[in-house]
Formats: sequence, structure tokens, C-alpha cells
Amino acid sequence: MHMADALISPAVGGTFWAFTGGLIVYCARKLKQTLRDNLVPMMGVLGAFIFAAQMLNFSIPGTGSSGHLGGGLILTILLGPHAAFIVMASVLTVQAFFFADGGLLALGCNIFNLGFFPAFVAYPLLYRPFAKGEFATARAAAAAIVAAAVSLELGAFFVVLQTKLSGISELPFGSFMLLMLPIHLAIGVVEGLATAAVVSFVVRARPEALPAACESARTPKNLRPLWVGFLLAAAILGGVASWFASSHPDGLEWSMFKVSGKEELETPTGGIHETLAGVQKKTAILPDYGFRTNEGDAHNEEGAEPMAEPWPAVSAGTSVSGIVGGLITLALAGVTGLALKARPPRSDGSNR
Amino acid sequence: MVRTGSVEILKALAVDWISIGRMDEWARRDSPVHRLDARAKAIVTLGFIVAVMSFPRHDISALVPFILYPVILTSAGGLPARELFKKILVAAPFALAVGLFNPLLDRRPVALVGPLTITGGWLSFASVLFRFVLTVWAALALVACTGMYRLVAGLERLGLPRVFATQLLFLYRYLFVVADEGVRMKRGVDLRAGVKKALTLRVYGSLMGHLLLRSLDRAERVHRAMLSRGFDGEIRVIRSKPFCAKDWLFVGGGLAFFIIARAWNLASAVGRLMTGSVS
Repeated sequence: MHMADALISPAVGGTFWAFTGGLIVYCARKLKQTLRDNLVPMMGVLGAFIFAAQMLNFSIPGTGSSGHLGGGLILTILLGPHAAFIVMASVLTVQAFFFADGGLLALGCNIFNLGFFPAFVAYPLLYRPFAKGEFATARAAAAAIVAAAVSLELGAFFVVLQTKLSGISELPFGSFMLLMLPIHLAIGVVEGLATAAVVSFVVRARPEALPAACESARTPKNLRPLWVGFLLAAAILGGVASWFASSHPDGLEWSMFKVSGKEELETPTGGIHETLAGVQKKTAILPDYGFRTNEGDAHNEEGAEPMAEPWPAVSAGTSVSGIVGGLITLALAGVTGLALKARPPRSDGSNR
Repeated sequence: MVRTGSVEILKALAVDWISIGRMDEWARRDSPVHRLDARAKAIVTLGFIVAVMSFPRHDISALVPFILYPVILTSAGGLPARELFKKILVAAPFALAVGLFNPLLDRRPVALVGPLTITGGWLSFASVLFRFVLTVWAALALVACTGMYRLVAGLERLGLPRVFATQLLFLYRYLFVVADEGVRMKRGVDLRAGVKKALTLRVYGSLMGHLLLRSLDRAERVHRAMLSRGFDGEIRVIRSKPFCAKDWLFVGGGLAFFIIARAWNLASAVGRLMTGSVS
């Protein structure tokens, strides 16, 4: 489910970075306004809990396999959307840093796929209306299953979309979809079951542990940010989907077409990309953090492509020189590595 | 998160657990790379990943010079290459699975090497794998020679929202505590359940619920302790030294190298030089 850096183009990665970055800034502001002072350690501990929860499995009734808690939905139920989104983002960041799950360029995509949908789509639009403030009933369990399944389906859909827009995998849109959606439907149901089981236990054992849930059940909620987020998602979805529908009815055909020329790929994203870049300029998260170089490189790529892409023109001579040169460079890199090799570290532990 | 995978992945995850701590240990060492400013390393690493991923999908030889960057980080930083590679392998399945379709779908011949015909799909598959190794390696090396605290402090000074930085540090600090709790719980279950089999949903729910409540209690205690020491909602990280000349040099040199290597295929230039086929 984690997007990998190796499958993503800088344009796609940068777009989702900008979007999730803006969303994090927005959530951070929201949290500042409503900060219950014990929220900070609670968010930290719940993030750690999501990690730990993945160590224990339960058997899925009726099948031989097992599953475990994924995270997004239960965090939202416990903390509310804004805090949950930030916790989910932090969990994914730590996974990218330490497990190489996902990657740095794909981090925006991963936070979007796994954090945005449960917190800002499935929870407010599905879980809350269906569960109606109940937590330990069959109705609540059904709501959790539906919400988790929908958010995972949306996440999986975006994994496919991001992969396709990046154009590094050859997988046709349709078949990749057929591969991903059923798997994630199953995972989503399992996630919903696990979420419902834990939530119902917590509510029975200690109802006051669900302050976010109790609060949100009492106070009428401001729906505006939700709709903004939803419209944005719809715009991305609609723009991309309609483009797919109109110009490339067949996935395979499209992938063949894409091999021959890539300009078509850049234009449809351009609109969204520019809009998001505008948003990003306003919110100015990580101002020095290389979005400029990113765009520059994207253009650079477009410029370089026409020369590099008509690749059947690879002659034996150039490919041999490529291989030889590659090997030599590799050897040079190895030698550099050996030359720079740090002396075995002193293990006195006192150095900092 | 890695639910799609099977037992192997989970096992690997459990192993990886402990190695989070090990990466921290590597980060506490001292080397010229460790001494660079975290911001400089973060910027250069992001530039590296963007440059690597901006290549068209059939390029391999042009990507080879880029390996210099993670090699330098690893060797000059004194990081254990073997363990880094183990971590890279653990992360491989998704990129591998998606990339593996390329050879099946793109069967145009692009090159002849002796009797072998190489199709575009194999070429792009190899390219995906190589990029995967490059990007993951660079990211892991960055964390391993910087450490969570300095990295987050650096990112915060680059504009990461304070709330998010605090959240990252808290999460990181609690990870081991809560994981220990989880491990103890799992041990208890294993001892009592006898045969190793997965739990029923009901038992799972109450176990996880307990873990959750215990974690929350722990958070509450920690929070009270922090309040009594004057905590005001923000973690203060020791400010490192200002951005100095060698950091500028590192950023400038690194980015310049990536731009040059992106614009010209250095590997094939070297190759032309050696094989004498100057065109």
C-alpha cells in the first residue's frame, strides 16, 4: 500500500507533498486553536500505539489468514480528524525514515492515501452519520467496516493513479485497478473489524477515553473545511478521471501511447499542479525545501525528453559505451567509498 | 501497514523494530558527515531523490553516477553497509511487485548484447530497481548519519510546523515504551495460548484495547510529570551550530553534481572515452 519513491515522478510527488504539506499546516493551526493541553502527549502515544498494534494479529473469521489494525480510522475516532491526520502523517514519516517504507519523495502521496481519506472523508461522511454516536453496537461496527473499506479503496485508487501519472510502471490503469481494489476491499473490511473491536472494548472499559468522540457528538460541527477538502479531492479525481475516460478508453492502448510521447501526460496534471503550487506558495510550508528545483527538474525533464525518448535508436555502440561507462563509474564510486571509509568508530559511547 | 504481506514481512518488521534503536546508535557516532548540518543533508538528499526520479524510465547508465552520493554518505559516515542493505531489501516488495509487470507489458527490443535481445520492459524494470536502491539507500543513510532529533530540529528550522515536529519527537520517544508494552503482551499471549495461532477478534479487541488504555495512562502520567517541570506544549531542541561554510559547500557541491549528472550522461561519456568510440 505504501507508494515507493522508485515508482513516482517528481511532479506527482511534489504535487502531493504540497497538498499534504498545506493540510498539515492547516491541521496544526486548527489544533493550536483547540489545544487541550494533554493532547500533545496523547497524540504521541497513540502514534506509538499504532506501531505496536501491528505486532499482534487476529484470525479473520472464516478464512485462514490474519489481520491487524491499520490506523487511520481508529485514530480519527479517538482524536478527531485534525489531530488524527497529524498523527497519521507522523507515523508514516517515521516509517519512511526508519523502515524505508514508502520514501521521502512519496511521503506526500502516502500521507494523502492513508491519512486524508479516513480522517477527512470516511469519518465525517460515513462513520459519524452511520454510527450516530454509538460505539459498542453492531451499527457502530458496520459503520467502522464501511468507513474503513471506503477509505482504503480510495487510498488504493490513488496509489494506482499516482503510479500511472508518474509513468514509471508500465502497468495499465485498468488491470492495476483490478489488482489493487479487491485486495484493499478485503483489507479495509479487516481494518474495520479490528477498529470496531478495539473501540467497543475501550468504550465499555472506559468511556471517558473517547473525549474527541464525545465532544464531537455534542457540539455541532463546522463543515466548511470538510467541504473544501472534499471539493479539492473531487477536483483532482474528476480532472484526472475525465481525462482518462475521454482520451484513453483502453488502459493498454494508453500505455502504448505513452511510450511514444509524454507531452500529453504533463498537460492534464499541469492545471492541478499549478493550482496546488499556488496554494503551496500561500501556505509556504518548507519554503527552501526544493520545490523550486523540483519544478525546474520537471521542466528540465520535458526539455530533455524528446532527445532521450525516441529510444529504439539505441545503437550497439552507444549501448556498449553505456554499459562500459556504467561499470567504470560504479567501480569509481566503490573506490571513492573505500577511500572515504571512516575509521572504525570508537565505541566509548562518550562522543556525541 | 504492511498488512498485504505475509508472515515474512511481519517477521522482518519485528526485526526492524529493534534496528530503529540501532539506527539511533549509528547516528550518535561522529564523522565529517555526521557533523554536517541536518538541513544541508536533508536538502541535498531531497535534491538527489528528485534528480534520480526525474529521469525517463529507460535510463540506467545515466543513473549510475548518482550512486556516488549514498556511497559517500555511507562510507564517510562509517555506516555499516551490510545492515543498511538488509533494510533496503525489507522495503523492496512493493516496488518489486509493480515493477515486475514492466517486462511483461513492454516487449519492444531496444538493444542487442551479444545473442541476447533486451526489451524495453526489462530495461525499465532494471531502472526501477536501481532507482529503488538509490532512493531508499540515500534516505536511510540520511537518517542513520543524522538521527531523529537533529533531523526533526533541522526540518523545523526549514519550515516544518511546530506542532508536527513536536508530534514526531513525541512519537519517536514513545515508540520504544509502547512497543515494549506490546511485546510483553504478546509474550503473555504466546505463553498462555500454547500453540501459536492467531487470536480471535474478540480477544484481539480487548488486548488491543488494554494496550491502548495502558498507553493513554502512560501518556497521562508523562504529561503530568512534564507539566510539573514546566512543559508548555513545545519540545525544545538544542539548536545546533549555524549553517557554516562546509554546509554551504556540501549543498552547493551536491546539487551541482546532481544537475551535471542529470544534464549529461556521465557514465556513457566515460564509456566512450574508454572504448574510444568518440562520436
